[in-house]
Amino acid sequence: MSLLQIVLRSLRQHLLSTVITAFSIALASGLLMSVWVVKDQARENFTGVDSGFDGVFGARGSKLQLVLNSIFHLEASPGNLTWEQYELIAKDRRVATAVPIAVGDNYRGYRLVGVTANLFEVEYRDGKKYGVRDGYLFNPERKQAVVGSFAAERLRLRVGSTFHPYHGLIFDENKQHAETYVVSGIMEPSNTPADRVIWIPIAGLQNMEGHKAETATDVSAVLVKLRGSSSGMMMNQEFNLQGNVMTFAWPIADTMSKLFNKIAPVEMVLRAVALLVALVAAGSILASIYNSMNERRREIAILRALGARRSTIFAVVVLEASGIAALGAAAGFAVYFVIMSVAAWLIRQETGIVLNPLELEPVMLWAPLTMLVLGALAGVVPAAKAYRTDVAQNLNPIS
Amino acid sequence: MLLNIDNLRKSYGTPDGAVQAVVDVPSFSLESGQQTALCGTSGTGKTTFLNLIAGILQPDEGCIELDGCLISQANEAARDRLRARTIGYIFQTFNLLQGYSCIENVLLGMRFGPGADRRRAGELLERVGLGQRLDHLPRQLSTGQQQRVAVARALANRPKLVLADEPTGNLDPASAAESLGLIRETCRENGAALLLVSHDREVLGQFDNVRDLAEINRAAAWPSAREGLP
Repeated sequence: MSLLQIVLRSLRQHLLSTVITAFSIALASGLLMSVWVVKDQARENFTGVDSGFDGVFGARGSKLQLVLNSIFHLEASPGNLTWEQYELIAKDRRVATAVPIAVGDNYRGYRLVGVTANLFEVEYRDGKKYGVRDGYLFNPERKQAVVGSFAAERLRLRVGSTFHPYHGLIFDENKQHAETYVVSGIMEPSNTPADRVIWIPIAGLQNMEGHKAETATDVSAVLVKLRGSSSGMMMNQEFNLQGNVMTFAWPIADTMSKLFNKIAPVEMVLRAVALLVALVAAGSILASIYNSMNERRREIAILRALGARRSTIFAVVVLEASGIAALGAAAGFAVYFVIMSVAAWLIRQETGIVLNPLELEPVMLWAPLTMLVLGALAGVVPAAKAYRTDVAQNLNPIS
Repeated sequence: MLLNIDNLRKSYGTPDGAVQAVVDVPSFSLESGQQTALCGTSGTGKTTFLNLIAGILQPDEGCIELDGCLISQANEAARDRLRARTIGYIFQTFNLLQGYSCIENVLLGMRFGPGADRRRAGELLERVGLGQRLDHLPRQLSTGQQQRVAVARALANRPKLVLADEPTGNLDPASAAESLGLIRETCRENGAALLLVSHDREVLGQFDNVRDLAEINRAAAWPSAREGLP
């Protein structure tokens, strides 16, 4: 019988405690991986999504709110710009493309964004433009909508479906607009926040029944692509430092990075909690094996009487603890997948950001290894107890 | 000479802080293949004596030489090795590992010696009449059958010396006689010497060579040593 067989037999003999302890390791390992992956992928996605634009112009106020509102379709707009201000931006020689957007309505919680058709000519990622999967782009002159893939799926909208928009960004069934919109197209999935949006012609949103007539030409923000790398710096100087009429959020990734830097302490707490859970799980291995040592004194004494060395007994117990940790670490991937599936669904539902649970991350290597090392270390204490077992005293049955 | 003991002493501390000698054997020896019974009642230090010979305990003084090796002077690892390779031990309570089948118990005995040999383990169990129960767990066997597994395990590594501590103490008279015969026969077949301790007159009557432990062990003559000590 090999040492491994002795270890496996011992684990089988204590099956219930093995399973329970391995489960606690699995939870810890799964949690550890989930926390790290959510943190890393969320940061990567939020700072990586710029929808193909370099910056955003909006009313004087918070850059973060401006970016969240216009790029991620979260939060309220910090205020409006006039159509003249948009035209000024669009005509600026430093601006290659300017896309005005208007927000303020929703359909059953999914945001309606009024936009000009040139949005669909911008590459939101290298070589990728927003495309229509079914149907066609809206006609700017008509009450037509192109629905993001995720929103279409959730709202069960198809080409030809009709709907009445609701006023405001939060769904309130008492605030239905009279206009009827027809779905002209469903967008291809882009795995960006655009998937959660219902795109309509900007004039349609500006002139929606019930909106103020004096603001009928206003826009919520202007998304811009710039010519040359120095343009951003110049415009930042001009509009943010010297001007006091508009806010220019540039570069978009920096604005989001600042948000993540602000919540870094929260991330640290989450990480610390996950690591503590890992330590507690390792402690459960220690407690489980240590408690079983009393009932196993005779078994250890018999093995020693048969010629097993103290070091062999020590190794068996440490290997046993490592075995439990290995089982738990393996099962941890299942726990990770369950947690991540739920987390990814929730995050996509709320933000449009798509996390990929199957994407390989470094934590998927180091978290199971950490659990394995912690498990082995947890085995050292009971192993030391086993090591010290007095053979002569424990060879007789424990009554 | 297979086993040679000189001036062997082993003492234990008592709860009141005194030191109590349990084994004090001036001289004892055993030839290769010899079968000797030690007659000893409870408290005569017989288990301690056997544990000293097996290297499970370290003597306070004296010398134990087994098969040319000074067990008493060897370090623990060397004693473990010697016990695994040279000694077979049959316990009164058999000391089978309950989670392991008959053949696995025998294989475990081999694991720490020259190495597991499944064929030999099977043959030994066949020899002791358990060829059909190789995969039975100890709890699925009668007491007598468990004893036979212990015999097979003790002989698994072709030991030069088999120590048997009250091997029939837990058996009914008929099983005891049968078991004793089996132990003696198998030891003979395997060329192993046998040192058996018992207080059962029936058992002792089967041996030509019987020694009284009270005569060998000077500590056993002390009345206090007969009370509650191993």
